[in-house]
Amino acid sequence: MGLIQLGRHEKDGVPDVITGSLEKAVNWARKGSLWPMTFGLACCAIEMMAAVSSRYDMDRFGAGVFRGSPRQSDLMIVAGTVCRRMAPVIRKIYDQMPEPKYVIAMGSCATSGNIYDSYSVVQGVDRFIPVDIYVPGCPPTPEALLDGILKLQERIMQKRVFVTQPDQVKAKLKV
Amino acid sequence: MHPLLNRIQQTFSAGITSLSEWRGDVVVTVSRDKLHEVAQFMREDPWMDFDYIVHVSSVDWPDDEERFEVVWEFYSLRKRQRIRLKTRVPESDCVVDSLTDLWKGADFMEREVYDMMGIRFRNHPDLRRILMPDDYTEGYPLRKDFPLRGKGWRDTFEFLDEVTR
Repeated sequence: MGLIQLGRHEKDGVPDVITGSLEKAVNWARKGSLWPMTFGLACCAIEMMAAVSSRYDMDRFGAGVFRGSPRQSDLMIVAGTVCRRMAPVIRKIYDQMPEPKYVIAMGSCATSGNIYDSYSVVQGVDRFIPVDIYVPGCPPTPEALLDGILKLQERIMQKRVFVTQPDQVKAKLKV
Repeated sequence: MHPLLNRIQQTFSAGITSLSEWRGDVVVTVSRDKLHEVAQFMREDPWMDFDYIVHVSSVDWPDDEERFEVVWEFYSLRKRQRIRLKTRVPESDCVVDSLTDLWKGADFMEREVYDMMGIRFRNHPDLRRILMPDDYTEGYPLRKDFPLRGKGWRDTFEFLDEVTR
């Protein structure tokens, strides 16, 4: 994994000492315990449900504990067409999630509005919340969503944990 | 002729614009001022007995003199029969009688027609927008002259100004 270097005990050569950076350990814990927020808006939600159920079993990657409350979750999977009237709700729920938090835009609708180039459909959820991973598909297969989760985990492993970002960067992050 | 159409023709001499049956769909088109009367007949007459309202919708015919068409569909649970009632409204005077006093279920569906097409319903108990927000100002989205992408509302996120980080 590149995360853990095993030390060797002098007596019998059995590994029992672990060395590594604390940052990686924290990231490893975070990536292995993602608590998704159920935000199914349309047909993509069906595939999201399939990804959690027994055949695909998202729990293998530590991301199977779906929550109904934003205060208990750190990953928002926006699955489906985002209507403009839903936008303030999504933003409010995103703001209620505790840090660190991640967003997956699942499917073409959440990514770009898909074919729904109409007066009521937001052309991508990234217009009003920051998105970490885009999963293409209409709808994406459960495998595609799992791939998105794995990509997100790779991304989490690259995050800096013990560095506070300067205010200028923070201001730019405001979407 | 279908017995339902026959009965309507015998009951109302004036105000019926057309009666038609096509592939099992029974359609009655009435003039606007006769609408409520005909609907009440459909509701109360024992041979009609239409106790269930299926749908209220509207059609925009931009080239016609009476531009809008409002369509009601009724069903009789006891007699298992259906009928469709239509009327036309000009753009300059977009008002028809509400049928909420006959079928309570018409309430939300008439609100939807008002929201999407801008047709007002006289004597409706609570005629507000239902799908679009109350303060939506861009017009009526399902009219043919409404731009498909709207007029900017979908790309305006005023709530972002309140976000504090």
